[in-house]
Formats: sequence, C-alpha cells, structure tokens
Amino acid sequence: MPLTVALYGVLGLAIVAVAGAVTQRGALGRPLVYGLSAAISATLLAAGLDALLGALAPETATLPLGLPWLGARFRLDALSALFLAVVNLGALAASLYAVGYGRHEHEPARVLPFYPAFLAGMNLVVLAADAFTFLLSWETMSLASWALVMAHHREEGNARAGYVYLVMASFGTLALLLAFGLLAGAEGGYAFDGIRNVEHAPAVKALVLILVLVGAGSKAGLVPLHAWLPLAHPAAPSHVSALMSGVMTKVAVYGFVRIVFDLLGPPVWWWSVVVLLLGGVTAVLGLLYALMERDLKRLLAYSTVENVGIVFIGLGLALAFRANKLDWAAALALTAALFHVLNHTLFKSLLFFGAGAVLAATGQRNMERLGGLIHRMPKTALAFLVGAAAISALPPLNGFVSEWLTFQAVLVSPQLPQWGLKFLVPAVGAMLALSAALAATCFVRAFGIAFLGRPRSPEAAGATETDRWSLGAMFAFAALCVLAGVLPGHVIDALSPAVVSLAGARMPVQAEVPWWSIVPIAESRSSYNGLLVFAFSAISGLLAAALIRGFATRRFRRAPAWDCGFPDPRPETQYTADSFAQPIRRVFGTHVFAARERVDMPAPGDTRPGRFRARVHDLVWDRVYAPVAKAVEYGARRLNPLQALTIRRYLSLVFFSLILMLAVLAIWR
Amino acid sequence: MGKIEFDIAHLVAGGLVLVSLLLLYQDRMFALLRFFAGHAVVLSLAVAWQALIQDKPELYITAAIALAFKGVVIPLALYRIVVRLGIHRELEPVVGVGLTMLAGIGLIGLALVVILPLTSAADPYAREDLAFALSVVLLGLLMMITRRNAVSQVVGFMSIENGLILAATGAKGMPLVVEISVAFSILIAFIVIGIFLFRIRERFDTVDVGALDSARAEGERRR
Repeated sequence: MPLTVALYGVLGLAIVAVAGAVTQRGALGRPLVYGLSAAISATLLAAGLDALLGALAPETATLPLGLPWLGARFRLDALSALFLAVVNLGALAASLYAVGYGRHEHEPARVLPFYPAFLAGMNLVVLAADAFTFLLSWETMSLASWALVMAHHREEGNARAGYVYLVMASFGTLALLLAFGLLAGAEGGYAFDGIRNVEHAPAVKALVLILVLVGAGSKAGLVPLHAWLPLAHPAAPSHVSALMSGVMTKVAVYGFVRIVFDLLGPPVWWWSVVVLLLGGVTAVLGLLYALMERDLKRLLAYSTVENVGIVFIGLGLALAFRANKLDWAAALALTAALFHVLNHTLFKSLLFFGAGAVLAATGQRNMERLGGLIHRMPKTALAFLVGAAAISALPPLNGFVSEWLTFQAVLVSPQLPQWGLKFLVPAVGAMLALSAALAATCFVRAFGIAFLGRPRSPEAAGATETDRWSLGAMFAFAALCVLAGVLPGHVIDALSPAVVSLAGARMPVQAEVPWWSIVPIAESRSSYNGLLVFAFSAISGLLAAALIRGFATRRFRRAPAWDCGFPDPRPETQYTADSFAQPIRRVFGTHVFAARERVDMPAPGDTRPGRFRARVHDLVWDRVYAPVAKAVEYGARRLNPLQALTIRRYLSLVFFSLILMLAVLAIWR
Repeated sequence: MGKIEFDIAHLVAGGLVLVSLLLLYQDRMFALLRFFAGHAVVLSLAVAWQALIQDKPELYITAAIALAFKGVVIPLALYRIVVRLGIHRELEPVVGVGLTMLAGIGLIGLALVVILPLTSAADPYAREDLAFALSVVLLGLLMMITRRNAVSQVVGFMSIENGLILAATGAKGMPLVVEISVAFSILIAFIVIGIFLFRIRERFDTVDVGALDSARAEGERRR
C-alpha cells in the first residue's frame, strides 16, 4: 500500500512539474507548485514512515515501462522507506520554505518546472528496483538539479558551476552504469532481485566497489570528487541548495548503501580500508576548505562534504565489522551512519534556509559584508544558531548523538582481527575528532561573523526579518534537531528495520532503557542521556539568567563601550572572517592549500597603505582536475581536423572501422 | 526443405553478389545504371523465391516494390538526371579498377568468414542469405568510397539497401511493415540525393563531390 501511494505521489510531482511549466508566468504559479509539492511530499513522508515504523514486509511493483523484457520495477523495503522518509522530510520543509522564499525569485520560469521534477527524480531513485529504472531516475535527478543550478545562469561563475556539475554528473552516472553492467553480467539480469541472487567473482566485486565509490561518491561529494559540489550547490536558489546539500547527497549515500551493502553480497575486509580512508580524508579536508571560505553558502556546501565524510566513516566501519562477522558492531556503525544521514538532512537544510533568508534580506553571500544580523533578523539568527550548534555536534543536539555513536563504533575496533584495521580505525577516529573540532570553529566563525558584531555593509545594516513561511520551515527543523538530540533512542529504534536488513543484526532496543538514555552496546560500557544534558543545560541556563536578572543592578545604563575593544567605531576594525580563519590557515594551509601570505609594508615615511595578501590554492583542483582538463583539451584539439574531412573520407572511416571490427570478430572466434 | 530449393535460393543470392561485383567494375555511367537496374531485378527474383519457399505471399509485394522502384523508376530517373546534366563521361575511380575488384573479393571472403561460424546454429537458408547480404552491403560501401562521382555514390548507396532487403527477407518472421518502411526511406533518400545533385550542379557546375569539399574548405577559411 505505501508503495502504491509513493508511486502515485511521484506521478503527482510529474504533473505538478508540467503545471509549473504552464503557470510559470502567472502569480499563481509559485504557491501552486510549492504548495502541491509540499502536500505530495507530506504524503510520501507519511508513506515512508508507515512502511518503516510499521516494519511492513517489502513491497514490490512492476510497471510496464522502460525495458520491454524487464519493465520498471519498484520495491519499498526498510532501507528505501527510510530514505523515502528522509528525502521527503527535506522536500516538505524546502517546499514550505520556498512558498515564502520564492517571492524573491526573479526568474521563476527557470525554477518552477524543474523543482517538482527534481523531487520526483530523487523519490524514484530510492524506490527503483532495477538498474535501468535506477539510472534513469538518477539522471532525472541530476539533470533537473542541473537546470536548477543554471536558473541564475547570468550571475558570475554560475555557468561554469553548471558546466562542471554536468561533466561530473555524467562521469558519475557512467561509473554507475559500468558498475551495474558488471553486476548484471552477460545475461543482462538488471533486476535487483536477480543481481542479489548471483554470486559475483571477487575481482568483479572489487571493481564494482571502486566504480560505485566513483559514481555515488562523486554525487555525494567524496574528496577528490567533490570539486563540483561547492560550485553547484550554492549557485542554485537557496531552497534548492538546501535540497541538493541536505537531500541529494543522501540519495547518493542511498545508492552506495544499496549497491555495496545489499546487492554486492558479503564484503571483504579491505573494502572498509578504502571507504574509511576516503571518509576520513573527506571529513577533514571538507572542513578545512569550509574554514577558508568567505561565501556563506559555499561554506555550507564544503561542510556538506565533511558530513558526507562522517557518514562514509560510519559505513566503512560497518563494512569492516560485517566482513568479520561482528554483526552487532556493524549494526552500531550502520545506525550511526544512517542517524547522521537524517541529522545532516535536518541541520544542513536548516542552515541553507538561514543562509537563503540572509541572502534575500541583504543580497550578500560574502560574510565580510554581513554582520550584526542578530539585531535585525533575531528569529533567523536563533534558528541558524540551533543549526550551527547541531552541526558542531554540541550536546544535547542531534549532531552529537550520531558522532558519539560513530565514536562508540570506533572504540569497538580492537576486536577486529586485521592489524591494518586495528591501526587504521583509531587514526580515522582521530580524523573524525579533528573534523568535529574544526566544525565547531567553522560554525563559530560563520555565526559570529554573519550575525554578531556590527554590520559591515549598508545592506547588512538595512536587513529585515524574513517571512513567516521561511521562519516556519526553519523553526520546524530546529525543533526536530532538538527533539532528535533529546530523544535519540526513538530514532535509533526507528532506524533498526533498515539496519537489520543490511547488517543482519540491530542495536539493543532503546525504548525500554529507563529515562530515555541510549545504550549502544551495554550499560557497563557507555550510555548517553540527551534529556539529562538538555535538562541540565536548560535549568543551569535559566538559573544563571534568573540570578543575573535578580541580583545584578537593575538600572539600565548606556556607557561608552570598553575602549580596548572599540577604539574605532568603524566596522572594518572588527574581527573578520579571514582573520578568524588565519590560525587554521597557518597550521594546515601551508601543506594542504599551498597557502602563501605576503605582507607589503611601506617604508617609514611612505604614505601608501600597507597590504596583506593571503593566497590559497585548491591542490585537488590543481593536481587532479587541471591536468585532466588539459589532456582532454589537447586530445580535442588533435581530433579537431576530423571535423572537416571530405564525405568520401568519412565514408572510408566508417568502412574501415566496420572491416576492422568484422576482421576482429572473424579472427577472435 | 528440398535440396533444389536451397540451391536456387543460393544461386539467386549469389547472383546478386556477382552483379555487385559487376557494378564495381563499371567505368561508364549508362552501363552503371543498367547494371544497377539488373541488380534490382536479381534482388526481386531472390525475394520472390523466398516468398515461394517460405510460403509468405506478402514477400511478393516486397519483390514487386523492388522491381518497380529500384528496377525501373530510380534507374530511369537517374538516367534522366545524367542526360540532363550531361555527365555521361567516364567515371573517375579513386583507386584502380583491378585493385577495387581484388578488395571486393577480399570483402566477400571476410563476410563468409564472419557470418558462417557465427550462425552455425541457424537455419541454412538464413545463413547463406546473411553472408551474401553482408557481401552486397560491403561491396556497396566499397563502391561509395572508391568513386568520386555523386551518381555512382547514389548507386552504391542503393545497392547497400538491396543487400539489407536480401538480409531481411532471408530471415523468417520479419514483418512486412519493416521492409516497406525501409524501402520508403530509401525512396525519400533518393529524392533528397537527387535534389542535392541538381543543387551541386547548379552551384559548382560539376557533380564531382570534391567540389563540395573545396567549397567547404573555403567556408572554413572564411570563418
């Protein structure tokens, strides 16, 4: 039943997309498209939750579409249901946010038709149960999001972002296509059921793993395939940025989990080494990039890279434990990863909503031009603060729980028999800890520079609070961040059907633990009570506030600010985003970013201003992408003369290649 | 399936390959067109024979279409074009005729070597027919690339299509609509190419396709 509802919902989204294309000119288009999208997403969310929480048996359907001998197969099992719920939770909030935010859209005709199509594509990916449908939906998702990235194609840099995104998306799909080709084998068994039941050769499995890491990893943003992500995600309108960062990367994670955990069969231990290393490097590098960034939305996009790294660390741990038959530990690691998937959807969407509200109010994405917004947009600031605290993994919010669970899984690693893993996993745990600390730095910087201090530009000084729809979406997600952090046991239990289907075991039932604590392995080892931390921080905070209000002097005074901090009232004298990031840049930048600082100090008596320049390079771009681009360009230039051959030469080309292939066929047999 | 039926099918299809080789040998325009008409007649014979032994009356329609259009209408039209344009001079082969013929024989060998082992499980009618059809297609392609004249390229193209029809009728169960649509698309192609010929002639005063290339090179340079 939920599958039928879900498929009708996707059909509905397709109809809304057409409606969006038709009504784009009228004033009715925006509320119609976003309102209907929100309603359909709510229905799909309900369907997903119903299937997940009701622990229904997997449901399948085959529609007479697609490949004639295969049909379009769909399946709603626990994993699909979980991701269906996550996708539509994000989509619901983004649609509600867009009802208000869409008012600032100056080119609605470029957004309205593609938005529902994008949602439909993502929903179909998680429902698909054959390779053809999966890839078709995957491409729908990619192309619709590309169209949304290109919505403001006249703005500087967006056309390039769209181009890079398109190239990377095609490359990723190619890798997935090859992976499915290998899985299906020569008989072309593209249905997931068929793939699941075939035992693949070890070499094939290894190749498929690499291809899936490239295909799904490029969409999710694994380093070094992340290059498109910080370009493309911020270029889209903010509600779409929230969807791309918060939801589409999760669909990519779904693709990885579905293929590697479900279709590929039992893992080999060295797979986890690859995944863990990629995850760890991604987590640290993503945040270092984010710390160098001045653009608020690009900072959030880089932080998405980091969070994807955390998810992949969890998945890598799960693979390591599975390969060694430690199913209970695999369940713990997998729960941590899936929990973080949910969490990242919540707080990254929330943060992008906040950044979008700031962008709409000030027209600025550059943090050096913001500041002091907490006075002009207090509600947005509060919601953003909750999101920033959650993503920095501060208890009692949800980010802490999933990272804590990941660390619990790291602590089990001494039980692994392979020495390589015994050494690697703690190292990756250290990288995870580093990235968590850097995340806190990064979001102190983001919130502090954008919302605190004094306005650094007239636009920031003249900002006004955003509309009620946007605020509603933000506060709903902020509330969910708190709720998932305070009552994590319920979330863990809700995730368990999906975990059981993949890891073969589940974490202990958390609902029966007294006082809503969570106990990942056993009470004697570790436990965490979000409610207690929440109550403690709330009570101590309120008490402190009451004490200050009660015993401090009541007289309201205005006095000059402490002069050591403010000798000069101009906003330029404040701490800037760059100065905040300088220590980190000095520590890591010289090696990771080839950062160079140059001070140009005029001689005494000279009246020209002194200048300080810091240059940061993206080494991944310089070392990996630039050579590839150069090679492609060289090849293209060498092949260019082929564009101007004579007709007869073209025919000869066809003829001789045909002869060559026939000759190969004749000899090879 | 009698021995004699098999032999006759073999004979007619082999005849088509022979006429293809003859087409390759021609160095005069009118002779080329006459042999092209003969090519279509042999094809319609082969198709009609297939209709008889497979007991499929709709194949007679295919044979009739081949005979009427390829055997009569298109050669006559090409003849008129050649006369009106006054281009019945010698054809100018790119490669010598002897070498072309040798290459043609090599292609037939290649077609047999490729098809016969691949289709060992198939019905013998289809096997032989497919091998001959592939030979005809390859010879047509060879003709297209060894001639400079646009008319002989058209003829090479049409003979490729004849090879395709031979393959289609040899395989059992090919629906009539496929054959008709193939024939129809070839007709359209012929019309387009015919118009094209006149346009080339109008612009460049020759139907040597080399003129097109030099014109294009000029366009490239101008750009």
